[in-house]
Amino acid sequence: MIVRILGEGQYDLSDEAITALNDLDAEVESAVEDGDEATFRTALAALLDAVRTAGVAHHVDSLAPSDLILPMPDATLAEVRDMLTGDGLIPG
Amino acid sequence: MSMWQRISLIFRSKANKALDKAEDPRETLDYSYQRQLDLLAKVRRGVADVATSRKRVELQVNQLTAQSDKLQKQAEQALSMNREDLAREALTRKSGLTSQIADLKAQQAQLQGEEEKLTLAQQRLSAKVESFRTRKETIKATYTAAEAQTKINEAMSGIGEEMGDVGLAIQRAEDKTAQMQARAGAIDELIASGALDDASSLNQGDDIARELEAMSSQSDVEAELAKLKAGHQPEAIEAGDGDILEAEPQTTTQTTAESKDQS
Repeated sequence: MIVRILGEGQYDLSDEAITALNDLDAEVESAVEDGDEATFRTALAALLDAVRTAGVAHHVDSLAPSDLILPMPDATLAEVRDMLTGDGLIPG
Repeated sequence: MSMWQRISLIFRSKANKALDKAEDPRETLDYSYQRQLDLLAKVRRGVADVATSRKRVELQVNQLTAQSDKLQKQAEQALSMNREDLAREALTRKSGLTSQIADLKAQQAQLQGEEEKLTLAQQRLSAKVESFRTRKETIKATYTAAEAQTKINEAMSGIGEEMGDVGLAIQRAEDKTAQMQARAGAIDELIASGALDDASSLNQGDDIARELEAMSSQSDVEAELAKLKAGHQPEAIEAGDGDILEAEPQTTTQTTAESKDQS
């Protein structure tokens, strides 16, 4: 599977790796729902680190779309919330 | 649905909107390619804009550091002339600058980071645009309009996602740069008004500034005089150290009063 970290690029990850990362993703999501900025920061950093560790950089000239997309490392909780609702943040 | 699935769905729907409803779907390839070139030009401008802002902040850091160094020197001179009051004033002014400098250095680092991010985004987009151009020519040459659609959708969704990502990076860099430019503008005004300046040059109406400046030149004169008196002898470092050691306990009200009486 291809995972994109916004502002950073695409990574190839095995399906097993993705399954293992789902828990981390859920942690980020619940922190966003709770509006818990501190937990959000650490959870997002942990998730992105795990993607970088488990993944291999995808060919830079590939035109394949990503299966999953993650926020940039310095994204704020508010930005991620906007991303999830599709409000404005992502240029159309 | 998990967070990352939701974000990718939203990205995809935005990218799909870019799929034009042209009569011949192959025309959308050229249209998209043009938009990609426009975006590349935009990200290049973005890199240049952020670099300009960073250089402006760097210049301010240099200006304020020079002023801070000057105040430090003035404080040392003031102390050597037993003017603890003036030394304290110079150091107080210096400490105001120190926090400004730290703040500016943080901004400088942030702008540097944005510049690097945009440069990398430009490289990534550039690679994909080139790849798209090749694919576009193949599709146009090989497929009929009817056949082309699937191939086009494949090529477009990948580049669309990259364009969304780069567009977002540019937008964020612009927002950050705009915030910092407002603050940099405020500091430029302060520098121009002399409010952040060292004591001597611009604050002509300031008594303490004048006194510090007068003291500076007086101390320079004393130093020159001492050099002349020493004649061609090399500067005796040990003797100098002795002077400082002697002078230190004298930094009392008694000597200050004496020196004031003399003047």
